[in-house]
Amino acid sequence: MTMNAISRSQIYVLDQDEALDFYVGKLGMEVNTDQDLGFMRWLTVNLPGDPAREILLEKPGPPALDPATAAQVRELLTKGALGGYLFFTTDDAHKTYEDLVAKGVDIYDEPTERPYGIDFGIRDPFGNKIRIGQMHPQG
Amino acid sequence: MGEPMSRAVEESNRAMLRARDAMDRSYAEPLDLPALARVAHVSEAHFIRTFRATFGETPHRYLQRRRVERAMYLLTQTPQDVTEICFAVGFSSLGTFSRTFRRIVGESPTEYRRRRGPTDVPACFTKAWMRPSSFG
Repeated sequence: MTMNAISRSQIYVLDQDEALDFYVGKLGMEVNTDQDLGFMRWLTVNLPGDPAREILLEKPGPPALDPATAAQVRELLTKGALGGYLFFTTDDAHKTYEDLVAKGVDIYDEPTERPYGIDFGIRDPFGNKIRIGQMHPQG
Repeated sequence: MGEPMSRAVEESNRAMLRARDAMDRSYAEPLDLPALARVAHVSEAHFIRTFRATFGETPHRYLQRRRVERAMYLLTQTPQDVTEICFAVGFSSLGTFSRTFRRIVGESPTEYRRRRGPTDVPACFTKAWMRPSSFG
């Protein structure tokens, strides 16, 4: 095996400007690349200090998807069934939670003590799930 | 013609998802259908109908499954007794809890706990939960 990193992951969003408001404005991520490729707007974000791991915020549609298929993707996304799922870690789950609640982010799971740490769940404006965890050291 | 229709579906889906998230978040509280309908910006009758069309089950049934899922976790991961767990996950009577649990899981809470036993979790966690409480 010669692969050595997960450099980019992708989630679908309904609107890339609204995605920036959420992922940068509320979650505090940074724009890595925002480029008009002509056929699509290549928009990626990363956590501050971690530019080697990007998340592509992709709008479903032509030319990658025909309009009918894109409509299906949007329908599944908005009912939370598409599977776009991000996991973040934090040094302080409760503090992060309070911060995001103050910013009006949708919470679907309150901070809970679990075998692996303390974590909680939020939803992006489109339907993607995000979990934020303060993890116990392994072992 | 298809565009406004699919926008309406997306907005409805997202609103229903917001109400379902509210149940996931507040499962321990009594089911408040008027409040959930307000979260989704629809009438109560419309809410129940649309929720079922969107997710394939009623809000009540979804909430029961959420509560039972939390109960399954507490039964295997904590030493709390069944009555405590019943109220902790939002049921208001032990009879309803036992009946609902059995219908969904196929056995009683006590049988489930006995059969499953504690799952393999880091020792520090087990110790923290199993520690006799000298307060409260």
